[in-house]
Amino acid sequence: MDRLASQSTGASEKLLDIRNLKIEATVYPPGEAPRNIVIVDGVSVSLERGKVLGLIGESGAGKSTIGLSSMGYGRGGVRITGGEVILNGRDILKGGKGGLRALRGREVCYVAQSAAAAFNPAHRLMKQVVEASLKHGVSSRAEAEKRAVNLFRKLSLPDPENIGKRFPHQVSGGQLQRVMTAMALCSEPDLIVFDEPTTALDVTTQIDVLAAIKEAIRDTGVAALYITHDLAVVAQVADEIAVLRHGKLVEWGDTRQIITQPTQEYTSQLVSVHEIAHEEHAPGKAAALSVKNVTAAYGGGTIKVLKNVSVEIPAGQTLAVVGESGSGKSTLGRAITGLLPPLEGSITFGGRTLPGRLADRSKEDLRQLQMIYQMADVAMNPRQTVGTIIGRPLEFYFGLRGRERDKRVAELLDKIEMGKGFVDRYPAELSGGQKQRVCIARALAAKPSLIICDEVTSALDPLVAHGILQLLLELQKEEQVAYLFITHDLATVKAIADSIAVMYRGEIVRYGPKSKVLTPPFDAYTDLLLSSVPEMEVGWLEKAIAGRRMESAGN
Amino acid sequence: MLTLKNIPLSAWLGLIVTGLFVFAAVFAPLVAPFPNAEIVGDVWEPMSAAHWLGTDNLGRDLLSRMIFGARTTILIAALATALSFTLGSILGFTAAVIGGWFDQTMSRGVDLLMAIPTLIFALVVLSVLPGNIVTLILVMGILDSTRVYRLARAVAVDINVMDYVEAAKLRGEGRGWIIFREILPNALSPLVAELGLRFIFAVLFLSALSFLGLGVQPPEADWGGMVKENKEGIVFGIPAALIPAAAIAVLAISVNLVADWILNRTTDLKGGRGNG
Amino acid sequence: MASLLKLVAQRIALGLLLLLAVSVLIFVGTQILPGDVAQSILGQSATPQALANLREQLGLNDPAYVRYFHWLWGMLHGDMGTALSNGQDIATSLSGRLKNTLFLAFWAAIVSVPLAIILGLIAVRHKNGFVDKLISGLTLASISLPEFFIGYLLIYFVAVQMQWFPSVSTVYDSMSFLERMKAIALPAATLTLVVLAHMMRMTRAAILNVMQSAYIETAELKGLTPFEIIRRHAFPNAIAPIVNVVMLNLAYLVVGVVVVEVIFVYPGMGQYLVDHVAKRDVPVVQACGLIFAAVYIGLNIIADITAIVSNPRLRHPK
Repeated sequence: MDRLASQSTGASEKLLDIRNLKIEATVYPPGEAPRNIVIVDGVSVSLERGKVLGLIGESGAGKSTIGLSSMGYGRGGVRITGGEVILNGRDILKGGKGGLRALRGREVCYVAQSAAAAFNPAHRLMKQVVEASLKHGVSSRAEAEKRAVNLFRKLSLPDPENIGKRFPHQVSGGQLQRVMTAMALCSEPDLIVFDEPTTALDVTTQIDVLAAIKEAIRDTGVAALYITHDLAVVAQVADEIAVLRHGKLVEWGDTRQIITQPTQEYTSQLVSVHEIAHEEHAPGKAAALSVKNVTAAYGGGTIKVLKNVSVEIPAGQTLAVVGESGSGKSTLGRAITGLLPPLEGSITFGGRTLPGRLADRSKEDLRQLQMIYQMADVAMNPRQTVGTIIGRPLEFYFGLRGRERDKRVAELLDKIEMGKGFVDRYPAELSGGQKQRVCIARALAAKPSLIICDEVTSALDPLVAHGILQLLLELQKEEQVAYLFITHDLATVKAIADSIAVMYRGEIVRYGPKSKVLTPPFDAYTDLLLSSVPEMEVGWLEKAIAGRRMESAGN
Repeated sequence: MLTLKNIPLSAWLGLIVTGLFVFAAVFAPLVAPFPNAEIVGDVWEPMSAAHWLGTDNLGRDLLSRMIFGARTTILIAALATALSFTLGSILGFTAAVIGGWFDQTMSRGVDLLMAIPTLIFALVVLSVLPGNIVTLILVMGILDSTRVYRLARAVAVDINVMDYVEAAKLRGEGRGWIIFREILPNALSPLVAELGLRFIFAVLFLSALSFLGLGVQPPEADWGGMVKENKEGIVFGIPAALIPAAAIAVLAISVNLVADWILNRTTDLKGGRGNG
Repeated sequence: MASLLKLVAQRIALGLLLLLAVSVLIFVGTQILPGDVAQSILGQSATPQALANLREQLGLNDPAYVRYFHWLWGMLHGDMGTALSNGQDIATSLSGRLKNTLFLAFWAAIVSVPLAIILGLIAVRHKNGFVDKLISGLTLASISLPEFFIGYLLIYFVAVQMQWFPSVSTVYDSMSFLERMKAIALPAATLTLVVLAHMMRMTRAAILNVMQSAYIETAELKGLTPFEIIRRHAFPNAIAPIVNVVMLNLAYLVVGVVVVEVIFVYPGMGQYLVDHVAKRDVPVVQACGLIFAAVYIGLNIIADITAIVSNPRLRHPK
């Protein structure tokens, strides 16, 4: 008797115990027999009541799949084929469909990456927030709605009394993410699965949502699985972190231990991902490109997206243009390339004034100014081989043909650290990082003096992005090419820029050499932006939020 | 490249049956046991060793007329499809790449033509035009080109905004390279699959017109017209009209099977070489 | 709410404008092309004097635009002119036939719409299973079958061999409702078979599209039962696409009616139109063409308006 009792209390301390989990899926490659692939292989983690476990890894690491397994759910034909998921002392995989339905929305709730898609567009928010509570008989509608309003208030949503009367499309993305958190908390579950809840948000919004989530977790005492690819983010909310790679557990430990003393090579790579050795160049004399007082607009001049922008890029150096979505940073790139001719102002390139329209520019100007895109997948013609993609600029600008051309293609492939074997491959046969490398080679093939890099690492996993950044820096040394680096990611900027321009609503709010731009005193927006970038440090979030409060009190 | 064993069974079936029909159409005078319009027996004789499919409403050999009918039906449908395809895809691509007023004018014009059901519009126009094969091909081709136009334009517009097309424009490539080297290779698969569907539509449309007595005129044989000729027999329990009708269905289904397979291959973006 | 009304009004105005443009197109299509109405009435042997007189009488000497407005004015007032072939008033001949056609199309729709939606739901329920594959195979076959193949198969087996229904769908005014239903049974069945598979496949696609949305996953993760998920979360979002599917297929049905009426010798608009195309009776063809086009455009307007009204983004603007 006693032994049994102690065992059961022992189990109840652990809210969730995932043992030896194996998850498989069937893939259907076109023109081939379907085959099974293993997504998660022998992972064991556990979580105590009221604690937060961070699951971290690259895309394809199986982190979301593990998170959803705590609700017995497999997305898109994914099957749990082995192991146990013990929640509140019982194996939920043995409970059948009815058992799973009884725990979903009651014991475990889910917060999705894109709340905008996860809310039903046809119903008002309140109806959806209280739905699970009513379904599982947690409380009456009136009580549930009262609790929801309190949660809205706790999560700092504007107008908590009435926001529930709105439809999802009437509320902003950051707010919807908080409403979704309220929805998860409303039925008073034991565990919430947060699946990249702040990834889709702008950096200044992310910090507020993150703080709201953390407070709500602390005040309600709910346990959480927090899934993200960003170690700095998870370090702010999690008590423990489990690092995953290719469906296997790499390392699992206390948050402080993981980020300060990682025991595994892979973990330490993740921790040091933003550290790139790059010495800031002194501002050079000769400018590769200078943009003077450029104003540009869409819709025939009605919507101004660039207002009187002036920047300069010294030859062989890097200018980073930072800003959030809608700041006009990508439009600046389009204006420089001639895709969006400026209404006013001038662009000088290599001492010549560039015509505004792309069609009026000389072939030489086009050659000197190359571009790399965010989505490497769609930046390459899927029907052309790597050889054709890299070889075309050689043919087009230098008239290279046949063996000469092939030799140069091989050299370029070598430069981007890919072998000759890739010449005959199609883009779909490459990994994300390899695709971006091929795009870099295509740009380099033209021997340009400036490359515009538009969010080139945003779609990549941190380690892959790190490799790309290092490659870009090396190439800059070898080829003396200047970069205009358009990004929303301040960590990248800190790593590779020589000078920085901060953009906000179409204007440049701060501009200068990196060391000056990143040193106080700051203007209000730069300060907000800088203080919003999560750092790999426990307790950073509280400091940042406290700093903001003090500032707003001071104002 | 494309290996034979990668072709699924259904596509094989479609290819073989389509090939058989086309063979019969091309070599009709050699294959057919009797001439097209010669009366060789009694009215509506049942199937026999001499007349495999029996005879028709005037006592002509049904099998021979079916074979000659294949010729007429497939020829007219193929020419109409060729016309609709050339017209529709050239205009569609041009509209997508040039844009502006040309695109607007073309697209609104096509909207207008498509606001009237095709069959009704064809009937209206055929009420005043001379009834011959050239008229039929022109009417069918032009009316159907609206659909090809829409598809070609939509596909080209999608491709035209891709970053790789933008990259080509930034490189300074001319319009020819962009249309033929960047857009066309990526638009080909959906368009080829559509070619099959348009051909089926042309066969069905021609048959419907001939059945209504407004398509191919006797004594020329085409399948729709043969249904019309023999339909009176049905009430007497003579299934002669069902044979050309079934032939239309079989041809349409086989082409459909092939088109379906091509369409499925479209999703594979590895230059058609399978999984590497 | 006001903006919603505005959108609906805009859509209706656009539809009317389109109809006007279509009337121009039909008129131009029958006038500018070669062929002289007077000549075709009187035949090749007519004297020049007789031709001139008839041209005068028909107003053929007026410029084309005058004749167009004259024609349009008449159409708007229910005056469709007289048939060239037999001199009868077109509006009178048409009204009875239009009623017959609508009767046939109505019953075909009553049978096919619910059937298609139910079968579409079954296909979704057993996605990628045997039933689903069977349904998509049948769809492939049925979009390849000419209407007259289905029609004559039914006549051959059901009417001739089994003698359940008449092979010719004669209807007249003194018929009882039941007799009438019996007469249209086979043409209605043919029309149903013609549109059924297509409508079913499109319904399946529309529902699957909704079922793959992220909010359906949210509902599943709240522990709702499949039925609750479909009723509360899928259904409100699936109405608009399904109505759209239904309207598109009804528009298709209107066209299918032409051939089916000829197969079953049913005294409707389609039969009337085909007869007069063969006789080159332009005024009748114009009138019928315009009516068919109006029905077609009308159904498309209804589909669009349903989509506008059922879209919460438009019903509850920011």
